[in-house]
Amino acid sequence: MMLPLFIIIPLIAAFLITLIAGKKDVWGIVLSVVASAAMLILAVISFLNVNGETIIYEMGNWKMPFGIALVLDSLSGYMLIIVNLVALTAIIYSIQYIRHLGQDFKYYALFMLMLTGMNGVILTGDIFNLYVFMEIALFAAFALVAYGCRAEEYEAAFKYAVMGSVSSIFILIGIGVLYSATSTLTMARIAQTVPNLSPQIILWVGGLFLAGFGLKAAAMPFHAWLPDAHSSAPAPISSMLSGVLIKVLGIYTITRIFFNVLDAPAVFLTIFIVIGTISILISGFLAIIQWDFKRLLAYSSISQIGYILLGIGLATPLGILGAVFHLFNHAIFKSLLFYDAGSVELALGTRDLQKLGKLGKLLPVTSGTSIIASLAISGIPPFNGFFSKLIIIIAAIAAGQPVLALLAILGSILTLAAVMKIQCYGLRQDVDVEPREKIGLGMNIAMISLAIICIVGGLLVAPGIREVALDPVVNVILEKAEYVQTVLGR
Amino acid sequence: MTVYLLCFALFLVGVYGVIAKRDLIKIILSIGIMGYAANLFLILFAYKHGATFPILTGGKVSPMVDPLPQALVLTSIVIELGTTALLVALVVRLFQKYGTFDIAKIRRLRG
Amino acid sequence: MSKPKITVIIDPDIYKDTPRPSSDKKDTSKPSSGKSGMTLIVKTVTRITVWMIILYGFYIILHGHLTPGGGFGGGVIIALALLNVLLAYGRDFTQKWLNIHLLENIESLSALLFVIVGILGLFVSGSFLANFLSKGQLFAVVSAGTIPLLNIIIGFKVAMSLFLVVWVLAGIKMSKGDAA
Repeated sequence: MMLPLFIIIPLIAAFLITLIAGKKDVWGIVLSVVASAAMLILAVISFLNVNGETIIYEMGNWKMPFGIALVLDSLSGYMLIIVNLVALTAIIYSIQYIRHLGQDFKYYALFMLMLTGMNGVILTGDIFNLYVFMEIALFAAFALVAYGCRAEEYEAAFKYAVMGSVSSIFILIGIGVLYSATSTLTMARIAQTVPNLSPQIILWVGGLFLAGFGLKAAAMPFHAWLPDAHSSAPAPISSMLSGVLIKVLGIYTITRIFFNVLDAPAVFLTIFIVIGTISILISGFLAIIQWDFKRLLAYSSISQIGYILLGIGLATPLGILGAVFHLFNHAIFKSLLFYDAGSVELALGTRDLQKLGKLGKLLPVTSGTSIIASLAISGIPPFNGFFSKLIIIIAAIAAGQPVLALLAILGSILTLAAVMKIQCYGLRQDVDVEPREKIGLGMNIAMISLAIICIVGGLLVAPGIREVALDPVVNVILEKAEYVQTVLGR
Repeated sequence: MTVYLLCFALFLVGVYGVIAKRDLIKIILSIGIMGYAANLFLILFAYKHGATFPILTGGKVSPMVDPLPQALVLTSIVIELGTTALLVALVVRLFQKYGTFDIAKIRRLRG
Repeated sequence: MSKPKITVIIDPDIYKDTPRPSSDKKDTSKPSSGKSGMTLIVKTVTRITVWMIILYGFYIILHGHLTPGGGFGGGVIIALALLNVLLAYGRDFTQKWLNIHLLENIESLSALLFVIVGILGLFVSGSFLANFLSKGQLFAVVSAGTIPLLNIIIGFKVAMSLFLVVWVLAGIKMSKGDAA
């Protein structure tokens, strides 16, 4: 009963905003804040309700193998919480930041459409429906990247749009091949018939999906669009793209399709490990040489996606646990870092690290939260990033891959170097700066709330909480037979 | 089999255009060609020799081609329409800002 | 809801004010039409065919549940009819003939109506987008429950969106602007 609300609420909000907010921008803010807050509450409730079970919702009363169903299991619920949490803070942050750019209501409408797409991708149980929702989210993202109307933003949006469309076509062809082999589009039914298929078909389908979803996740050979798009977009959109969108359209779909549907073919797991490791190292180095605040963060996003892919590729329960936990942590601290970058840009008008300095006094909240986020992203003990990276490294050692563990540690050191560059040059350098605008309450609330989650987020792996929060998610990813049975059974 | 190969050739034409062409409009057209190849591919899967269109007309039921891929193609055509419109809008804006359609000259973002 | 829409968009009074196909009157009454529009032949043919095309679009929409076509195809046809007028008569005339702001509102409203029909299904029949109306008799025009209703809504949405996309794109001045 609750599941379609995740799609209905943002959709209604988007079109109501275009309808009534044309005259008064306030309505856009009110509607989108209410909608995203409602969805966050719903997401928490539904995650607690699921509790390791699976809830099926049949759209339009069409019975399961024939119609389109929404499927809520622990993995979906977990992703929904992450998406709607970051979205709520991003909207609160946008209230001041976007007024700075003008033309509010279109922004909020597009934001709500992007949220519709992401919630749909997470919830749907039908592979073509997943493609359609993915396109909705991507369109809104293309338009939002270009929202600031500067030349660089158009350029980045064009690159992103070209890459996104090409990857979508790959995915469409993959869906076509899968349909012709299995005669169904429901993911659980496909999973049921996959063991009867010849391994060659799995190889073809997997290759097409890897190209398509890998491009959306921006793993290393497919990463070219990400630094441009994520550094050019407005700061709340950067945080949505980097924190949530690449994970929903890339990582979530990869885990769902490769683990639950295609039954984790070994060759693709190896590929995940390889591209994950490449992403960690190369983009770690590339991040260090950047002087643009947001561009540095964008490269570091690719590196952290590498960690998640590495954990998924190991395919041991511990590795998956680390990947899932790192997914949550990265969404939180990367969004926080992008908010910091945005507030620095808003206050000083530049994000060139060489021109910033002495922000401790000028922007105390920004500076304080950025220290927390930097320590968290580079894996310093009391913060959440430490635990997830530690779990991934331990999983690599336990899987008999000590080299990978060493490379992951090296990647962590590279990340530390990159964020220390932000701290040393950007925020504490001895350069006098002229503030242009004060950072308002909304932006500070968004940053502080995420910083608090950064500190307490480490508790998710504590015994007692872990059994409720993370273990069901890992179970969903690893237990393929259970997914088929719970979706189709009855 | 020949038809599938021709369809693949069409797809490769699109890929070639996206990779090798420098004109923004030609890149958009190439993306369109790739999309058409994908749509044709789906339709070819659904095709059955000697079957009719999948619409009930009240008479006797004869063998039909698979209607589901056709519905998928319809959806994907709509999506490609949106993609093309968005890309054209971006190209118009890019032309306003840079004064050129040449992608080699649109390089303000580096690193 | 749909009746006032149609009467306002397709306002016949303004349409009658188009210049008669005589050359001297065209120059005096509408100086811009000669410059922005196409030739007399195109204008005359457009004036004759535009209503037929719109009618055909409505036919395709209303028979969407029985024959090929439906909301998207019919909506595209209606949009093309409007675009014919834009191409033949030019931007200024079309702006007078159509209320662009109203079209934008219809676009948002039709998307909203689609969701509302879906929610009605949720309340009446217990599932989102459920077909809660009577299915009627097979092959009758009024049959298939909510599907014709949704087709009409989609038709409006597609017609308005497609027309507005081209309208906005055609309105951008392609000067070099602040080129680098």
